[in-house]
Amino acid sequence: MLQLRELRKTFFAGTPNQVRALRGVSLQIDEGSFVTVIGMNGSGKSTLLNAVAGSFIVDGGAIAIAERDVTRWPEHRRAALIGRVFQNPFSGTAPTMTVSENLALAARRGLGRGLGNLLPARLQNEIRDRVATLNMQLESRMHNPIGTLSGGQRQALTLLMATWRRPEILLLDEHTAALDPKSADQIVRLTETIVSQHRLTTLMVTHSMQQAATLGDRIVMMNQGVVFADYAGAQRKHVRADDLVRRFDEIRRDEQLDAAAAEMLRENYV
Amino acid sequence: MTLLLSAWTIGLILSLLALGVYISYRVFKFADITADGSITFGAAVAAAMLTRGVHPLAASGAAFVAGTLAGVCTGVLHTRFKINQLLSGILVMTALYSINLHVMGQSNLPLLSVTTLTTYAQDLGRWINGHDSATLLGWPVSARDLGSLLLAAAIVLVIGVIAWLFFNTNLGSAMRASGDNDQMIRALGVSVENMIVLGLAISNGLVAFAGALLAQYQGFADVQMGIGMIVWGLASVIIGRALIGSDSVGAALTGTIMGSVLFRLIIAVALRWGLNPNDLKLVTAIFVFGALVLPMAMQKVRRRAAAA
Repeated sequence: MLQLRELRKTFFAGTPNQVRALRGVSLQIDEGSFVTVIGMNGSGKSTLLNAVAGSFIVDGGAIAIAERDVTRWPEHRRAALIGRVFQNPFSGTAPTMTVSENLALAARRGLGRGLGNLLPARLQNEIRDRVATLNMQLESRMHNPIGTLSGGQRQALTLLMATWRRPEILLLDEHTAALDPKSADQIVRLTETIVSQHRLTTLMVTHSMQQAATLGDRIVMMNQGVVFADYAGAQRKHVRADDLVRRFDEIRRDEQLDAAAAEMLRENYV
Repeated sequence: MTLLLSAWTIGLILSLLALGVYISYRVFKFADITADGSITFGAAVAAAMLTRGVHPLAASGAAFVAGTLAGVCTGVLHTRFKINQLLSGILVMTALYSINLHVMGQSNLPLLSVTTLTTYAQDLGRWINGHDSATLLGWPVSARDLGSLLLAAAIVLVIGVIAWLFFNTNLGSAMRASGDNDQMIRALGVSVENMIVLGLAISNGLVAFAGALLAQYQGFADVQMGIGMIVWGLASVIIGRALIGSDSVGAALTGTIMGSVLFRLIIAVALRWGLNPNDLKLVTAIFVFGALVLPMAMQKVRRRAAAA
């Protein structure tokens, strides 16, 4: 369903600020699979997601979604295959436009946009019905600018928008990180419901070990631009949050050891 | 009374300029100075065609098309060649100056002896009045003034309704969303770059159309007539926002048109009271400065009051 082969991306290449964000990431995600990606800051997990979404074109490697090679496709063209929820709850909605208008825009994701009416009565009813299933009492606020809603409400609507037309793959970029604990909880439950209901192929980036351990059926751990652990199938079932934390502690210790060893070598031999 | 009617008429004609500026400035947050060049471009194209005997409607339509081309140029400079917004506009505006001189063949093209939309407006006024001069609310008015006002109002009404309808289509809504949150609409499959080019095309088309109408109303096209027009448009849009205070499309469009007329009336009164016409642009610039800064200053005061 989603196939990543040897993805490479270097930011600010050739400058002192050069960052090798992806150093050959390969990943194959099957149809209907829910994968969580975890890693520390700067591990490249968000970069990976953005590479799939097309926020930038990768320096090397190939990306295929639903058997289509999208490596060179611009972001807006890939959007026909991808549903996306961002970390910032303000990123996924147009603030001055109404709740209905935002959802109606999402209802045409990847379709042409001509001179047809944005909000025909039938679509309006469908939007109200589907918003009602969120149980957030938003039905009465369909004509309010979406910018007047809370972050949690906006994120729930963004999730609804991203999945309004069934995406080949759903990309979730730490989509609960900027919310208060209660809203975050609500969004996690909504995510589970929507993903399982539509059997969506999902790639979710998170920094919460707890979320990674409880959500999805596969865990991918990233560090310094590469995948260093991949728990799937039976192995995945036995992974708990503590195990993930321990793995990361090990890595951190190794890295510190490397640095200390380099320091020692320099002092003694240079 | 003539002064008042003419202020209303010019206010209505320039409300099309204001609608254009609304699209670039409010929808896209793009301060598009191309408007200064494209309003003259529209006037020049219409005037050149009128003096060659082209039908006024065709000439005005051609002005609209010419304006869209100017807008496409600015849009392409910005989106494809990654030139800064303001600089893209400045480049096209500057290039248009020469083009306008070529189109007109001279720096000023009088239209008093040719058939223009004003000729039709005069006929309309005569038909309503029954003869050349009449009274309106006890004041004497000429058929030309009355007809021009009515024609301008009708044109603005039609274009305003079309704009409102457009902004509620799938395409028009995607355009609004592009200015509101480009990341979101990109994730929904819309090329923001294409939207900017299309938006600037429509914006400058309207501005050029306003130029064509203005030239026909005042009876000449002049290569200098565009100077400072973007600031006029901004002033109208800002007044409109203050008058209506809502972000919904219908309210914003109505507000912009009202803002343009009101601004023109204020100017007419100020001139009547002895404002030196040479100071007009200075006063306008100061006004827009104030309108841009005041809300921020007021917010600061309010926040301080709330904190205290």
